[in-house]
Amino acid sequence: MSIWEYANPRKFLHTSERVMPVLWVSAGLLMAIGLIWGFFFTPDDYRQGSTVKIIFLHVPAALMAINAWFMMLVASLIWVVRRHHVSALAAKAAAPVGIVMTLIALATGAIWGQPMWGTWWAWDPRLTSFLVLALFYLGYIALWEAIDNPDTAADLTAILCLVGTVFAVLSRYAVNFWNQGLHQGASLSLDEKENVADAFSNPLYVCMIGFGLFFLAMVFYRTGTEIRARRIKALMARQRQEA
Amino acid sequence: MIALLMRDLRLAVRAGGGFGLGLAFFLIVTVMVPFSVGPESDLLARIAPGVLWLGALLSCLLSLDRLLALDWEDGSLDLLATAPLPLEAVVSIKALAHWITTGLPLVLAAPMLGVLLNLPLEGFKWVLISLLLGTPALSVIGTFGAALTVGLKRGGLLLSLLVMPLYVPTLIFGAEAARRGAMGMVVETPLLMLAGISAGVIALMPFASAAVLRINLR
Repeated sequence: MSIWEYANPRKFLHTSERVMPVLWVSAGLLMAIGLIWGFFFTPDDYRQGSTVKIIFLHVPAALMAINAWFMMLVASLIWVVRRHHVSALAAKAAAPVGIVMTLIALATGAIWGQPMWGTWWAWDPRLTSFLVLALFYLGYIALWEAIDNPDTAADLTAILCLVGTVFAVLSRYAVNFWNQGLHQGASLSLDEKENVADAFSNPLYVCMIGFGLFFLAMVFYRTGTEIRARRIKALMARQRQEA
Repeated sequence: MIALLMRDLRLAVRAGGGFGLGLAFFLIVTVMVPFSVGPESDLLARIAPGVLWLGALLSCLLSLDRLLALDWEDGSLDLLATAPLPLEAVVSIKALAHWITTGLPLVLAAPMLGVLLNLPLEGFKWVLISLLLGTPALSVIGTFGAALTVGLKRGGLLLSLLVMPLYVPTLIFGAEAARRGAMGMVVETPLLMLAGISAGVIALMPFASAAVLRINLR
């Protein structure tokens, strides 16, 4: 019993289909609990009023936007080293989810920033690096779509993902250097004094776990779709050959 | 390797059009800027370093899809791949040839265009130095993009989409160094970062480009 047996598409589909209902239900439940708790049962912040509640969408989305790329990096590495097709397809499946998360984070950030900072957009390091991350996702998805041969596409996008990671990290520090901005630092950590108050952080943790499970469910679902799409392609090719 | 470099240079010069095209584009971009932002000389002086950097970057981008596509079409890329020279060396030479035919003329033209943008006097030196340090990185990163899209029909647009985000750090540090130089501030930090990016990219990127090219030639 090792994790590599899930590289078998049949085994992967079989298991993910059994796991997915649990994932969907728990993700939905946690997101519903977290968001409802966050939106309706937390006090208004004494300075920010009720706009503080955007945090329950903004932070989990931003968290998953970065982690989705990280997951794509790991999946790409697995594809490059061990050449398991499911891994490459999982990376492909994660990218659109990742870009949607990035866009949610950008959009909710803009909606939050307008009343708080008086501007929809500022060329702040965090904001700018997220915009650049969105560009990376765009390029990655476009490259997948542009290449016909699936193995070539998987190879090329995997290397693009590796190179992109290096440059994404580099851009992060570059924009940091370029402009010190409005966005506050990280406000959730175990040892810092300047944390978000418990009343906010508890539903926030629920939301973050919910978003994480939702991402996992989406990736399983989309990977399954990719596997089936590839099977259909193979079947049709065989049919054409026989005809 | 030298033979390959000379061949590429000769091709670039003789093939007509391609060689001067980047320069002409650089000129056009620079001339268009005062039309779009207005001709106040103070404003132009302030944005001149950034505009010169952006113009150089765009002209560099423009010439990228010719970098490998011509060799791909006539099959010489396959020959080069099977030649005793390692593919990493081939892409390095290609990037070098691209820099000599595109990057270097841009660097030399930048001061001339700086006059059009009312660039402050002390800025000329730093624009020149920052471009000299930064354009090799643009060429090398661009070679990676060109290698990624070499087999694709009409890969030019995709190429710019892929390469643009990779250019972000180089552009930030390069333009920042030029800007600080033009304003008479200390330039060491961005300049060193820029040099670091160029050196790192020149050292590592050919491996990625060669890997990608091998996949595309398979």
